[in-house]
Amino acid sequence: MKKIQILGTGCAKCQKLAAVADDAAKALGLTYEIEKVTEIERIMGFGVMFTPALVVDGVVKVAGKVPSLEDTKKLLA
Amino acid sequence: MNANSPKCSCSCNEESGPPALVYSCSGAADTGEIADRAARLIKAEDKAWMSCLAGIGARASGLLASAAAAPDLIAIDGCPQDCAKKTLELAGFANIRHVRVTDLGYMKGKTPVSEGAVRKVADAAMATLIKN
Repeated sequence: MKKIQILGTGCAKCQKLAAVADDAAKALGLTYEIEKVTEIERIMGFGVMFTPALVVDGVVKVAGKVPSLEDTKKLLA
Repeated sequence: MNANSPKCSCSCNEESGPPALVYSCSGAADTGEIADRAARLIKAEDKAWMSCLAGIGARASGLLASAAAAPDLIAIDGCPQDCAKKTLELAGFANIRHVRVTDLGYMKGKTPVSEGAVRKVADAAMATLIKN
């Protein structure tokens, strides 16, 4: 089970990143769960200073932007 | 939200983010301490955000991703070893704005840590943002 976390306070880009990650995971046929982390303290605990951010199995893959679907698939693979 | 709370890249109802992340060598010598205090002064005055050089060295994923997302990176080094700048470069970052305390008239091992020195280094670090 791959664990995908979306870090952000719930703004439009955060929601877009969650949707792109969901689409990418489905396209890859992954078994996964997505968690939206909205609490500032938890976000800062990842060392992330720019949101939204994508975390896969505890590793921050990207911060401060929404990658393309193809790039997100690479980050999830 | 304090000065180091994460910034949203979509500018949705949030204060504007920092123009740069600043890293200090924070070395053991007096000039390393001045570098550290200068970075903290910049943070305290909310001119830029200080981030953790040790996290870059440790390849902490969140700190690496934050550096990659920053508009600019400033490295403040205490001496010509340039450890802060080199640590960032070894992690893959380029075009780093750089200030070296010993280039500003201070000698390693012979410089009392003073508010004046810290201010001078902090101002020099921020001035790098307006240079090409």
